Amino acid sequence: MAIFVFADQHQGTFKKAALETLFYASQLASSRQQEVVAVVMGEINQPRALADLGKYGARRVLHVDAAWLNDFDARLYALVLKEMLNQYAADRCLMPHDFNGRALAPYLAAQWQAGLLTGIVSLPDDKDCYQKQVFSGKATAWIKLQTERQVLTLLPNTFTPQPGDSQAQVERWQPTQVSAQQKRIQLKEVQTTQGRVPLTEASIIVSGGRGLKGPENWGMIEQLAEVLGAATACSRPVADAGWRPHHEHVGQTGLTVRPNLYIAIGISGAIQHLAGVNGSKYIVVINKDPEAPFFQAADYGIVGDAFEVVPRLIEAIKKYKGIS
Amino acid sequence: MKILVCISKTADTTAKIAFTPDQKSFLETGVQFIINPYDEWYALVRAVELKEQYPDTVLHLITVGGADAEPILRKALAIGGDAAFRVDLQPISIEQVALSIAAHVKQEGYDLIFTGKETIDYNGSGVGGYLAGLLDWPFVSLATRFDYNGQTATVEREIEGGREICEASLPLVVSCQKGMAEQRIPNMRGIMAARTKPLQVLAAPPEAQQPAISIDHFALPPKKSGVHLIEPGNEEELVRLLHEEAKVI
Ligand SMILES: Cc1cc2nc3c(=O)[nH]c(=O)nc-3n(C[C@H](O)[C@H](O)[C@H](O)COP(=O)(O)OP(=O)(O)OC[C@H]3O[C@@H](n4cnc5c(N)ncnc54)[C@H](O)[C@@H]3O)c2cc1C
Repeated sequence: MAIFVFADQHQGTFKKAALETLFYASQLASSRQQEVVAVVMGEINQPRALADLGKYGARRVLHVDAAWLNDFDARLYALVLKEMLNQYAADRCLMPHDFNGRALAPYLAAQWQAGLLTGIVSLPDDKDCYQKQVFSGKATAWIKLQTERQVLTLLPNTFTPQPGDSQAQVERWQPTQVSAQQKRIQLKEVQTTQGRVPLTEASIIVSGGRGLKGPENWGMIEQLAEVLGAATACSRPVADAGWRPHHEHVGQTGLTVRPNLYIAIGISGAIQHLAGVNGSKYIVVINKDPEAPFFQAADYGIVGDAFEVVPRLIEAIKKYKGIS
Repeated sequence: MKILVCISKTADTTAKIAFTPDQKSFLETGVQFIINPYDEWYALVRAVELKEQYPDTVLHLITVGGADAEPILRKALAIGGDAAFRVDLQPISIEQVALSIAAHVKQEGYDLIFTGKETIDYNGSGVGGYLAGLLDWPFVSLATRFDYNGQTATVEREIEGGREICEASLPLVVSCQKGMAEQRIPNMRGIMAARTKPLQVLAAPPEAQQPAISIDHFALPPKKSGVHLIEPGNEEELVRLLHEEAKVI
């Protein structure tokens, strides 16, 4: 039996989290002698991208090549997936725990009458338990699905794909029970935040807090992010005060992020903030208060005034990268 | 219009996270419980605003939980809502919650259902989508704005590096997050009124009794080994460590 993976794409570019999930599925499949099938919805203007999914572990790609599926719609995608999974008598469907996956997975699980486990961060252990972060990253649970059919979502930035050189076999697949007539949501407009790495996909994040005093001081944060190829984030009071847009707010009531490197500048490290960032592999804290709680969660720290430390750090990185 | 808002009871954000000695369940002693912030600040407040805009709106709240969830429901009623329901079940999984709520929705009939984007304890992010799937209603997740003109809903949702704006007709399920509304502090009048608002206890439907998952155990993350402090002025050393030791740049 095959493991199905929903491979989310935008204009022919597959999302980083989708490639991670394919890679994860191939790890899962190899221990069970299964194959991985990638499911792609909507028209693709770069057909080669489909076969290239083989590099990430897909043996086959089922392409639902229909214009009415170009825009994400949880219900419509779930109905199409359900028909496909039933036709192939599949028992397992994976997708990333990202914006679209978090909508599609539960919808599909309900429709397909499958067990659902969201936000997993590990392969199953010998008891068939998956690890999942709970209490906003403050603890881990080992959870087992009791059902035969399973829908799982994988937390982004958990597995790093190691692309190989295989090519996937690409097939077109058309649903017969679902059609454009069932569409009930119309996409009107897409606004993209220009030029920046999306926060959820970033491997490095530079984040600023109230210690930066005001929005006019974000120039050095952006500059540091730029030299590192990082995304920018902020603490809640910073977003609440309108210094930065809401979508940059990380923490328990904002976005949860898991970059390789999180640099916190002028952030005290309140428990609610830590909850959203403690999955980061490395944390650097720059704070003038040696007692700031964030230092306890940090790997590296500088006790100092951000207005002096950050410009010097930018210079040091430029020097290291050979940028003048 | 008839709106249902799903409310969850969660441990306070500052609660000490600890587990029973067998590591099987969350230790509730001494823990303060709150309304899940996404349910309260965004889903509930936006629904209350819609009722203010369309006064003939009927606004119901629902939770799936034991009797200990009732103070949370009363707190929510103090912010707004005409009546509340508690499905009497201690759920451990997403589908138990969704199946319980779906049974009530099929009985009572609603046009619009709001949930929070996730609970801050189990972080499942699944109840809204699962519920919509059970009802076969359209679903918009992670909404940052919701407007209704009497016929069509305009919903803004977050996506990687941007946002989408879409239109849908009712019925509809929406999961809500920051941007939808501003937090409201209940006033004395609201708190008094909440005491006498109807709160009905419903039996859980049979299909919700058995969870699809089992929790083997919980564990706290390993403690960090301690921060490596670098002298200010020695930023080049930090860059070296990030490159050579952490290997992240
Ligand atoms: C229910 C609830 C949910 C919450 N959810 C979130 C959440 O999701 N995310 C979140 O971030 N917060 C959240 N909070 C708020 C949280 O409790 C803190 O209030 C908040 O994180 C503090 O933000 P801050 O660190 O930017 O500001 P502060 O706590 O004011 O800290 C500023 C820091 O900057 C340092 N500083 C000042 N000047 C300088 C300088 N020149 N150089 C270097 N350092 C300097 C100070 O030493 C201090 O440590 C929540 C709170 C509640 C009650």
